[in-house]
Amino acid sequence: MSELNLTSAPAHLRHGSNIGQPLTRRDGILKVTGQATYAADNHPPGMLFAVIAAASIARGRVVSLDVAAAKRHPGVVDVMTPEHKPPLAIDPEIKTNPFVFRMEALQSNEVRYANQPIAVVIAETLEAATEGAALLAPRYETLPPLVGLDAGESFVPPVVGVGNPAESYHGDVEAGLAAADKQIDATYETPPQYHNAMEPHAVVAHWDGDRLSVDMPTQGLKLSLARIAELFGIAHDKIHVRSPFLGGGFGSKGLMGGPPVLGIMAAKLVGRPVKLVLRREQMYGPVGHRAPTRQRLRLGTDTEGRLTALDHHARTVSSTFDDFYEPAAGASHTLYAAPAIRTSHDAVRVNTGTPLFMRAPGEATGSIALESAIDEMAWACGMDPLAFRLKNYAEVEPMTGRPFSSKALRACYEQGAARFGWAKRPLQPRQMRDDAGLLVGWGMGTATFPALMFQAEARAAIRRDGSGVMEIGAHDMGQGAWTALAQIAADAVGLDIDSLDFKSGTSDLPDAGIAGGSAHTATAGAAIHSAGAAVIAKLADLATSDERSPLFGAGNAGVIAREGRLIRRDDESRSESYSEILARAGVAEIEARGTGAANPAAMEQYAMHAHGAVFAEVKVDPELGQIRVSRMVGAFAAGRIINPRMVQSQLFGGMIWGLSFALHEEAITDRRTGRIMNANLGEYHLPVNADVPPLDVITVEEHDPHVNALGIKGVGEIGITGSAGAVANAVWHATGVRVRKFPIRIEELLTQL
Amino acid sequence: MKQFDYVRPATVTEAVAAAAQPGAAYLAAGTNLLDLMKGGVSRPDRLVDVTHLDGLDQIETLADGSLRIGALVSNADLAHDAEFARSYPAVAEALLSGASAQLRNAATVGGNLLQRTRCAYFYDTASRCNKRAPGSGCDARDGENRSHAVLGWSESCIATHPSDFCVPLVALGAIVEIEGRGGRREIALDELHRLPGEAPERESVLEPGDLIVAVRLPPAARGFAAHARYLKVRERTSYAFAVVSAAAALRIENGRIAEARLALGGVAAKPWRARAAEDVLKGMAPTADAFQEAASHALKGAKPSGDNAFKIELARRIVLRALTLAATGTPARIPALPASPFASISGALHV
Ligand SMILES: Cc1cc2nc3c(=O)[nH]c(=O)nc-3n(C[C@H](O)[C@H](O)[C@H](O)COP(=O)(O)OP(=O)(O)OC[C@H]3O[C@@H](n4cnc5c(N)ncnc54)[C@H](O)[C@@H]3O)c2cc1C
Ligand code: SF4
Repeated sequence: MSELNLTSAPAHLRHGSNIGQPLTRRDGILKVTGQATYAADNHPPGMLFAVIAAASIARGRVVSLDVAAAKRHPGVVDVMTPEHKPPLAIDPEIKTNPFVFRMEALQSNEVRYANQPIAVVIAETLEAATEGAALLAPRYETLPPLVGLDAGESFVPPVVGVGNPAESYHGDVEAGLAAADKQIDATYETPPQYHNAMEPHAVVAHWDGDRLSVDMPTQGLKLSLARIAELFGIAHDKIHVRSPFLGGGFGSKGLMGGPPVLGIMAAKLVGRPVKLVLRREQMYGPVGHRAPTRQRLRLGTDTEGRLTALDHHARTVSSTFDDFYEPAAGASHTLYAAPAIRTSHDAVRVNTGTPLFMRAPGEATGSIALESAIDEMAWACGMDPLAFRLKNYAEVEPMTGRPFSSKALRACYEQGAARFGWAKRPLQPRQMRDDAGLLVGWGMGTATFPALMFQAEARAAIRRDGSGVMEIGAHDMGQGAWTALAQIAADAVGLDIDSLDFKSGTSDLPDAGIAGGSAHTATAGAAIHSAGAAVIAKLADLATSDERSPLFGAGNAGVIAREGRLIRRDDESRSESYSEILARAGVAEIEARGTGAANPAAMEQYAMHAHGAVFAEVKVDPELGQIRVSRMVGAFAAGRIINPRMVQSQLFGGMIWGLSFALHEEAITDRRTGRIMNANLGEYHLPVNADVPPLDVITVEEHDPHVNALGIKGVGEIGITGSAGAVANAVWHATGVRVRKFPIRIEELLTQL
Repeated sequence: MKQFDYVRPATVTEAVAAAAQPGAAYLAAGTNLLDLMKGGVSRPDRLVDVTHLDGLDQIETLADGSLRIGALVSNADLAHDAEFARSYPAVAEALLSGASAQLRNAATVGGNLLQRTRCAYFYDTASRCNKRAPGSGCDARDGENRSHAVLGWSESCIATHPSDFCVPLVALGAIVEIEGRGGRREIALDELHRLPGEAPERESVLEPGDLIVAVRLPPAARGFAAHARYLKVRERTSYAFAVVSAAAALRIENGRIAEARLALGGVAAKPWRARAAEDVLKGMAPTADAFQEAASHALKGAKPSGDNAFKIELARRIVLRALTLAATGTPARIPALPASPFASISGALHV
């Protein structure tokens, strides 16, 4: 995407290093001036509009659609239904790999969840397609839907999350509980939540013979391309996917879902380019969500306040036709040093679109329950919640006994508590009031998220004019990949960021792996770093083996790359510019590739996690029960910080998400029909500006030599964890009322205040 | 979207004639109506756009001291009119507690009065709803109904009227001026909205073609300026409809309440004027006991229509607080968080 006009300010604050600089987003100007082209901004000539007709029942069968009425509507070109659609090369129900989820591509008349696509109307205008979809007036044979956490027989899923065991043990939990001096047994509930990225899912598909070009937001260019290839039976090199910008994804744009496939099918059916954009309410179904949970925590402590056992059980739901299980109890694996820990999951099947990864899947739901339970346990022991956490600080990973690759959590607790003023917190709840008489409470939570790595590849080149190129099909979801990865790239080839052509966001570039699991900067960054090192090594070879070079004889380890020159490590007066080296060698461009992936040996040896501590202050009206967060401080240790400005934004966003988890977000499902009754941003409440207090983020220095060559741990998801629990605990501390059902509603507080 | 005619009448008479036809609807700013049309909830054959009519966007003080607000005055212009906010502070506070700045800039006085319920089953065309499809049933009755009515509801409909603006207006005895096929008439705002009874589809007493041209605040409404507040509990600090709200206005003379006005929002299919509570307060000293008693009178006859018993207790407490705040006195400036329990937090900007 070198045609993008990326700029950044301020330029370097420090010479010789791009990493660590708080550069502004290089795509910022494009975005605020409306020049950043999102998928739905594309309008190839001849393009038609496709609109999905979605099921209004959650279970049953479509028995009729008035296709004739839709087709009669002026402007409607065609109506795609299970009976009239281009064939797919493979059945989309077949799971060809663990990252393939079943999707609705009109393969039958069965309805498995509300808002499932049942037809697609294609028309000359969006309005005509929309009215055409309304005119289909589907008739259904309706079956009673399965709804809620008690919908049917529960079962233990084979795995939860991505390949994690549903049950894990360490020590004897029942013995630990029996021996405990004090115990708590508490059950918490979290609601279904939807990603609600600002940018709806969209696709513009354009077939040219057997070549296909696709504009769509994706967090996984190569995975999407591979899925398109197998579904449509075409070779990878016939497909071009462009996804230079995403208006948020949060996991819902990670894996190829049904709607973009329907757009591509529609384009094939009509032989013209087609655009398909989901309406907001249509995002509540076919593109994933966070499943509800009910979590029971049983904790025991000895007379000193040391945990004797931690038992965490999570009930969740999956769809009737596929498997994804929110791994909520996994949150208890890493944080607290109990001699006995058991985590377990069970599930029921309900008529819902398959739940999927949503920002901190498992960690977010598990964290609010665990951190609430820890708070309850500390109170039962008469201990300050921070002192209790320190008493149970895990020096090694509790479940496995492995040492941590690095863990600056103690420093997070210290720095966060100091900034917040935690030491002044009264132990008893309902002790503090502000000038206006509002109840004030302080709560905290520990944040944690695993430091993951996927696999990525990058291509680096140095050109004769001394400039560099770095190519990687990475994904900027708004988090700042265009900036942070370019910073890594510039350092990797020893160039100023403005002398580097950083190409990203399309499927013809090397595979950057998926932008998920908070692992994108680490994985893509590692590939970029190694590609850069490889191309510099080649360049150094050219120079050091050439008698005419001032670097002759240095050996390629004996030079360093800086500001477009190779410099002799032991004698900085001897150096040569990249262009001089290439010109003499008569080479137009020199290139190399590099890869990034987890180091299995290190992973075997070390537990790798980012950590943090979040402190929150809330105010609660003592009679009316309305809650408002007034202050939050988060201190996080996540290895090397590539761009402090972007990292701070990610952590702010995570903390706001945590606040939202505790107080606002809930998809309300009609218990009789299984339909979501607030599938819009008016009634599905997210925090507005007036809900977001001054936020303070501290990034705690942490050097990790094991996670990857750059020492990056990732910050995309950790901000939610800890934060949600901190807010919930602050509500308890303000009121003395423990609400265990989230989000905390006025009615839960009202009668107990 | 369904095809419809769009007409832009030049005069009020033309507008009334055009809108009296079956299937016609007035279009003001459209912040409610267009959403309903996009969702297929309202499917008018003809939109009569009133936004270009002359003379309906004035705020005027009449000779007798009444204030007349044209139906096309925007919610924002009215709330930010300094003279208006000084004279009717609870109304300005209610307006500023509603929706968002962008919506208030667009939304009109007439449209605000006649905005439809936010009952999710009404918005959802796959659900049964007696208001949208008379006789089809009410899916809210046994559904997700924690925000539904606790006063004045019927078995056929338990929806609430969502307007904030209407709550202090009804407390202050506002009058609605209507132009219809039979010419000009006026009614008390309290009589504009109907309780559902057996016919929830009939939400107001307006007849086909009836156009609201103005809302009038009678001279007596000015007498409460020193002691008037609006209080709105909601599920986020801003940009949310009321769970329950109340407008309280007092005229205090020699330490006694000479006259009280009280209305509740979010509890019934209309802004709920609590006259019995007003009567209790007349002549009393403004004490917590008096307000307690008024609160229980205000909620007399309240009963849950579903999972919403908490709204009755909440309403009681809101009435008590709103009266207490009103007795304390109208603040010199509208708080930065209007009508919020957090209104006293300083340093915040208007939201
Ligand atoms: C996201 C969102 C949040 C909101 N939050 C709040 C809130 O917190 N509090 C609150 O009070 N409101 C809230 N609102 C509602 C908002 O106040 C109304 O949408 C607005 O006041 C309607 O005014 P309008 O001019 O846009 O009316 P329109 O949408 O144009 O019309 C509404 C109705 O009134 C009729 N009508 C309009 N003018 C006249 C007239 N002069 N004579 C006869 N009939 C007429 C129309 O035919 C239509 O039926 C919210 C709205 C949205 C979309
Ligand atoms: S409460 Fe009223 S508006 Fe809601 S579904 Fe029932 S009849 Fe319709």
